[in-house]
Amino acid sequence: MTEAATVAAHEYRGVPAWRRNLRLHGWTIGVWLVLLAMIPYWRSLSQQSFSFDIQALAIDALPLCFAAMAQAVVVISGGIDLSVGSLMGLMNVLSAKHMMGMSFREAIVFSLVILLLAALAGGLTGLVITVTRIPDIVVTLGMLFVWYGVGLWVMEIPGGGAPQQFFDLALGSVGSTVIPGALVIVFVALAVLWLPIRRLRSGLSIYAVGSNRNAAYLSGINVARTRIGAYMLGGVFAGLGGLALTATSGIGDPNSGSIYTLNSVAAVVLGGVSLLGGVGGLIGPIAAAYILTLSKTVLLIRGTDPNYAAVYQGLLIILVVVVGGLLSRKTHR
Amino acid sequence: MTAAPETLQPPSRVREVQRFLTDNPVFILVLVLVALFAVTEIVNRHQVGEPFVTWNQISTMLLVAAPLGMIAGGQTLVMLTGGVDLSVAYTATAAAFAISWQGTNGTFEGILAGVLVGVGIGLANGVGVGIFRVNPLVMTLGTSSVIFGLLSIYAGRAFEKVVPDVVTTLGRERFLDYLPANTLLWIGVAAVLVLGLSYTGYGRMLYAVGDNPVASRLAGVRVWQVLVAAYALCGLLAALGGLLLLGFTNNPDLSLATPYLLPSVAAVVIGGTSILGGWGGYGGTILGVLILTVLGSLLTLLDAEEWERQVIYGSIIIVLTAIYARATRSD
Repeated sequence: MTEAATVAAHEYRGVPAWRRNLRLHGWTIGVWLVLLAMIPYWRSLSQQSFSFDIQALAIDALPLCFAAMAQAVVVISGGIDLSVGSLMGLMNVLSAKHMMGMSFREAIVFSLVILLLAALAGGLTGLVITVTRIPDIVVTLGMLFVWYGVGLWVMEIPGGGAPQQFFDLALGSVGSTVIPGALVIVFVALAVLWLPIRRLRSGLSIYAVGSNRNAAYLSGINVARTRIGAYMLGGVFAGLGGLALTATSGIGDPNSGSIYTLNSVAAVVLGGVSLLGGVGGLIGPIAAAYILTLSKTVLLIRGTDPNYAAVYQGLLIILVVVVGGLLSRKTHR
Repeated sequence: MTAAPETLQPPSRVREVQRFLTDNPVFILVLVLVALFAVTEIVNRHQVGEPFVTWNQISTMLLVAAPLGMIAGGQTLVMLTGGVDLSVAYTATAAAFAISWQGTNGTFEGILAGVLVGVGIGLANGVGVGIFRVNPLVMTLGTSSVIFGLLSIYAGRAFEKVVPDVVTTLGRERFLDYLPANTLLWIGVAAVLVLGLSYTGYGRMLYAVGDNPVASRLAGVRVWQVLVAAYALCGLLAALGGLLLLGFTNNPDLSLATPYLLPSVAAVVIGGTSILGGWGGYGGTILGVLILTVLGSLLTLLDAEEWERQVIYGSIIIVLTAIYARATRSD
């Protein structure tokens, strides 16, 4: 952000700050406005109370939020991670298998173990990519099979569980308010894991490596370490996604993660992260995850054949990217 | 006069071998394939007490490999341009449904419908990627989501399905006991692809566009036309793959071609076509398809559990690509 800001400050000398911010964060703001605009429409269709609806949306979207964040970090660093979904599935079965019969305290400690394992798994992917210099998409495609296989080994058929208080973390709300716990978890994770890193040298390196690897190398950044770091951070988010799957579904299922790989790519693109790397943030993809979930909910309430949801979602993604591409081409000329 | 300059010394054996492999990367794949065959043969003799490499087995393997070979052929063309097509599986499934739906009107109508569906989806992808410059990953992901939705709506409704006899014959019959009909089609398509990529103007343009789109444009290539045609051809080949699968199972099913999506990418990658575009060819892909197929039979033979299969499958993609990249890297 700071780097982008200085560049833009130079470009926009004498231009009001709000225009600069609009230019820099236009897409993110736009995505959140779309989300806010969808809410009244959704509420006008829904029969349920507002607090119930918000709660349901936050819970539904929780795994996708984390999947989108995991994908976003990697994509910003100039890579792409096709193994996000199967890593989430692995962490899902791993947690559900071992948390069964644990006390709440043990479950929390075990969650940290899961996050550590997920970070190592992500780091391994990054290591293989940087050592072998095979394109990211190939290595992560291979890892997709590996993590899925390990997940099947851990748990062949859906099962397992976790202590009730663990479920309540995601399913409940904060104190006696209507604020859903699932919503808070997402923003706490964002605030703890991403916002500080983004301000630090390491976060800046991720953007630098993502936008131009050679230039980053020439300015003294350790490219390999940065890329491995990005995959590790992505792994942590995928681990959170796996825990979220456990908390929201109540069980472990080796196939639970399969839809999240492609949906996370969709959320990232919708959220304003360029697949070329170096552009975007995590706040946009979070909004995109809510939009994707909400659009499915709205179609369901309207009684549309749920299969049309896939059609609209595909068209929406294509449309957004086409429009976004045309807009960015216009501003760059 | 002291020692001769280094350049005059004869190249060492290692460098010679490396040079040979760099020039003939397909050779490594042949070695891997032969090694896999050998291992399978040993395991089979050990476990079953019979040789694995019989005409019957080879014929069965070709029968299994041909649909993947078709789908991976389209994938090769697209990946040569630096793209990727993640909609091939649903394109193949959609084509299969179209064939069995129009099959009620006659064989020709059925096959025509399947081909049109395949080319149509490919054209849509091509227009998105070539004209609107949407990232190929996103574009094909989007179309596959759309196709999947439409297919699930459409497949949920009862309708009369007729699989034309020709399709069934193509999908599962064997001529002279050992020559699968689908392999004959595959050989034909392979010849067209291999020769076409090397000797036609369009084939060379695919490489040029994949290697450097800007330079190609400046050299007068209409890049968008090349891309649209590449995706359309990919759709056509996916439709042919769907046709063979339909003939094999004789029943259109929503998940007919789904298991072929990632293997199609894997086969191309193992075959040495660069995912960044501009380098590779269909010859390698054929070997990639065969390697994946033999590996599949080996794992079946070893009675591998599903999780072991997945792990080995994933590792093999990474390991083979790594070996390949190392052996062919010019210093």
